[in-house]
Amino acid sequence: MAIEYLGLNGINGPLIVLEGLKDAAFDEVCEINVGSEKRLGRIIEIYHDKAVVQVFEGTEGMTLRNAHTKLSGHPMEIAVSEDMLGRTFNGIGEPIDGLGDIVSDLRLDVNGKPLNPVSREYPRNYIRTGISAIDGLTTLIRGQKLPIFSGNGLPHDMLAAQIVTQSSLGDNAEGEKFAIVFGAMGVTHDVADFFKRTFAESGVSDHVAMFVNLANEPVVERLITPKVALTLAEYLAFEKGMHILVILTDMTSYCEAMREVSSSKGEIPSRKGYPGYMYSDLASIYERAGIVAGCSGSVTQIPILTMPNDDITHPIPDLTGYITEGQIVLDRNLNGRSIYPPIGVLPSLSRLMKDGIGEGFTREDHQDVANQLFSSYAHAGDAQALASVIGEDELSDIDKAYLLFGAEFEKHFVGQDPAENRTIAQTLDLGWKLLGLLPKAELDRVDTKILEKYYRPTDPEEFEGALS
Amino acid sequence: MGNSDALTEILASKEASGKKARGEIYGINGPVVTLLGDQGFQMNEMVYVGKNRLVGEVIGLNTEKTTIEVYEETSGMKPGEPVEGTGSPVSCLLAPGILDNIFDGIERPLSSIREKDGAYIERGVSVDSLDREKLWQTHITVKPGDVLEAGAIIAEVPETRAIVHKVMVPPDLSGEVIKAVPDGSYNIETELVTLRLKDGTERALTMCQRWPIRVPRPVLKRYSPTMPLVTGQRILDTLFPIAKGGTAAIPGGFGTGKTMNQHQIAKWSDADIIIYIGCGERGNEMTQVLEEFTKLIDPKSGNPLMDRTTLIANTSNMPVAAREASLYSGLTLAEYYRDMGYHVAIMADSTSRWAEALRELSGRLEEMPAEEGYPAYLASRLAAFYERAGLVENLNESEGSISIIGAVSPQGGDFSEPVTQNTKRFVRCFWALDKSLAYARHYPAIQWLSSYSDYVGDLAGWYTDNVSPKFMDYRNRMYYILTEESKLMDIVKLIGSDVLPDDQKLTLLIAKVIRLGFLQQNAFHKEDTCVPLKKQFLMMDTILYLEKKAKALVKLGMPVSVLEKFDIFDKVINIKYDVPNDKLELFDEYKKKIDTFYNDVLEKNG
Repeated sequence: MAIEYLGLNGINGPLIVLEGLKDAAFDEVCEINVGSEKRLGRIIEIYHDKAVVQVFEGTEGMTLRNAHTKLSGHPMEIAVSEDMLGRTFNGIGEPIDGLGDIVSDLRLDVNGKPLNPVSREYPRNYIRTGISAIDGLTTLIRGQKLPIFSGNGLPHDMLAAQIVTQSSLGDNAEGEKFAIVFGAMGVTHDVADFFKRTFAESGVSDHVAMFVNLANEPVVERLITPKVALTLAEYLAFEKGMHILVILTDMTSYCEAMREVSSSKGEIPSRKGYPGYMYSDLASIYERAGIVAGCSGSVTQIPILTMPNDDITHPIPDLTGYITEGQIVLDRNLNGRSIYPPIGVLPSLSRLMKDGIGEGFTREDHQDVANQLFSSYAHAGDAQALASVIGEDELSDIDKAYLLFGAEFEKHFVGQDPAENRTIAQTLDLGWKLLGLLPKAELDRVDTKILEKYYRPTDPEEFEGALS
Repeated sequence: MGNSDALTEILASKEASGKKARGEIYGINGPVVTLLGDQGFQMNEMVYVGKNRLVGEVIGLNTEKTTIEVYEETSGMKPGEPVEGTGSPVSCLLAPGILDNIFDGIERPLSSIREKDGAYIERGVSVDSLDREKLWQTHITVKPGDVLEAGAIIAEVPETRAIVHKVMVPPDLSGEVIKAVPDGSYNIETELVTLRLKDGTERALTMCQRWPIRVPRPVLKRYSPTMPLVTGQRILDTLFPIAKGGTAAIPGGFGTGKTMNQHQIAKWSDADIIIYIGCGERGNEMTQVLEEFTKLIDPKSGNPLMDRTTLIANTSNMPVAAREASLYSGLTLAEYYRDMGYHVAIMADSTSRWAEALRELSGRLEEMPAEEGYPAYLASRLAAFYERAGLVENLNESEGSISIIGAVSPQGGDFSEPVTQNTKRFVRCFWALDKSLAYARHYPAIQWLSSYSDYVGDLAGWYTDNVSPKFMDYRNRMYYILTEESKLMDIVKLIGSDVLPDDQKLTLLIAKVIRLGFLQQNAFHKEDTCVPLKKQFLMMDTILYLEKKAKALVKLGMPVSVLEKFDIFDKVINIKYDVPNDKLELFDEYKKKIDTFYNDVLEKNG
């Protein structure tokens, strides 16, 4: 059996230094015994016989003498099996629900491997979430990575839970195996509980594997959590042909952990102290969404991140936006007006939407309606800005119509009940009713034929009634 | 690496004959591997690292240590494993088979990797850059006795339906032909022609050449740009044209449509060859390009677009060092086709990812950082990259060009960051994408006020001769109206548009027609996705004719509110959809309609 190394040569934050190692490999996992407790670490730098090891469980209680280290001979691996659904694990994939270990012959490297672009299948199949602002304007596609950019105190958890509940029980899940892999990094007990409860209430618990690293648990552990979660997701999707929805929350905690480790290592920081490789590192997580040609399964990712100080240009949301295929941005302003879900429509985007909607997928007018709603809502914003300067009364008739359109759009199209599950047709018809508040000549993003077929003027007086 | 190793040996030139350096790994830090002392490697030499023989490059040498960047994931590598030199710098293999293909950052074909390894990319995979078995129909164009200079064409091979591949004498050789095979089918390693060099030695030439990726291929002469790269995108061709052999940058925050614009140019521009470099971008996007380009038909040749396209895909989750190399691999392939006399356009999406790869490696090398952690040599690397573009006379006296269109992804959409600022110094076209336009779904979201093209003056003559003498006047007039609009909008934002005098209201109205009818272009509409220059000109002509007539009416005292009631403005906006690209005679109708509008207004309100 492997040699056991006694003692350490240095401890710095979550990192330890070992010397005199034989046959150690870069990225190898080692087991560190501190008293009776077992911890896991990963070699992140190696020079001849000297290695820097990142300890997932943290270095509390370690001394230079009390640690015994054993090399495992392989990179970080987890055992995977279908039985993991319905179970709860800690951040490095060890069961914490007291139901025993996972028995499986198959152990996979959590780092995964880059998917060959020629082996990918371009995602085309939409997922109906039942939420108008998403289905209508930023349609979620199977195999997509679509993050939720949120802020502290905004209902991103509720939104994520609603997406999970409604899309899993939606009409396009028929006959296909659907499961959820949930990775929580540095979340509070309340948030973890909320998800657990919601999954139980909506009857999807059996299809959920939860990997939970709580806010007061070791920081370094959360660096491995998304990778462990995605390894299981890939296994279930591409080996077992299931459709997997991966929820990762909160990516901000993950990046903070990365910064902490980087600074302990003494690396040269780039923006705001985050390491220069943050882009590559985030990409190695987000790019694990997708569909492999010839497999029936898919991995769809909804990472959630809280923007520090609601700043979308902060490195974390910024780099994420450059990797993911769009984003759903929550808006504090809408939330303040009690509109749920407070989805800021204008900055939200789904890049894969254009190929997964329209005739044969949703409805022929979908793209046109979406473009027109975006454009008109942007115009409504301009009218609103003008009104706040010169007063509403001074506005031209057309700007007044936009103002009304904007308000009704936020109230009825963006806003909906947390339990309301709208069909695509309902969403699009609602869009047309709202567009009916504007004169036909203003609808410049819609093909003339579509306009003739669907446009009906709406009487502002009867708008509320027309909805029912 | 069995096969391609053998190939390397066959193809590597003289220097390969020397002995190869060997060494042992000392330290590993991500993609950076160090060796103790100087073990005889050359700077920029390609090396095989470790038991798995991962491809790497020597990037630092001193008496204490040799530094190597590894193009693949180093996980599992151990100190003490061997490092083996190849004796030659990291190079591209140049021969038929490059087009209609997709490579990773160091010219390994991804489809061969899939055949070998399945859906995921394994490490240390050994595949040939190009198919060595495939037989190509070859027409030999030289005979014994011919004296050939460097770059001379010795054979022609129809590589795809669209492109004839010209086999050339490598740039460092010249001599007299003493032997040539007859026309026939040969693979890329068959000896086609034997040359007697000036020093009397004999050299057999095959279809293959190798060229180090970081060294520009030589040319005879550089010309200043004279003709545009016609893209079929109105805002580019008319307002901010790029020349063949020119450089352009597309900066924009995420979601503003950098990639979409690159796709559109790759699809519709009139370049002969497209090299599309997906550098650190999304995997699904590369799949999309691959799918779409295989299906789409090139309007010029009637063949699939892939026939003139090569993709280099180094997605964001593939190793970072290869991302840095991918841009140079793409350039080398482009220069090779330029040498044959083709006009090549390079799409680099995105140069920011490449700069970040530089930063990441620089950090691992513990170099002193300059602005925002980028290395101090960022500017000189960017300059060297963009300077490989140009319209040139090749060694064989043919004319060819490389145009580079680089996407820039500024952090937080802020154009003051180092990559955008340094890029701006070296490109002559700047197509700035704007978030608020993108939010309003105004595509392409190129902001006309902050964008510029330095080629307008150089290309004016071409437009005059080839489209219309009035083209530049019209363009300038339209640009003037847009600039006026932005001035007026500042006032409108404060006090509303009602208080403006009628002539200014008209400017706003015409500017709206220009924005919606001309600048906005629908990439998903059959007619609108690519618009010929002639139609672009006629659209301008019609819009400005409408402006002229409407202005005359306003001068006669007609209020704009009356004019607005006529649907002629909507009709003109919809020209882009309503007039098919091959039915330009319909434009005459519009002039008549505008005349009718003029008369109607006068009659009803006169």
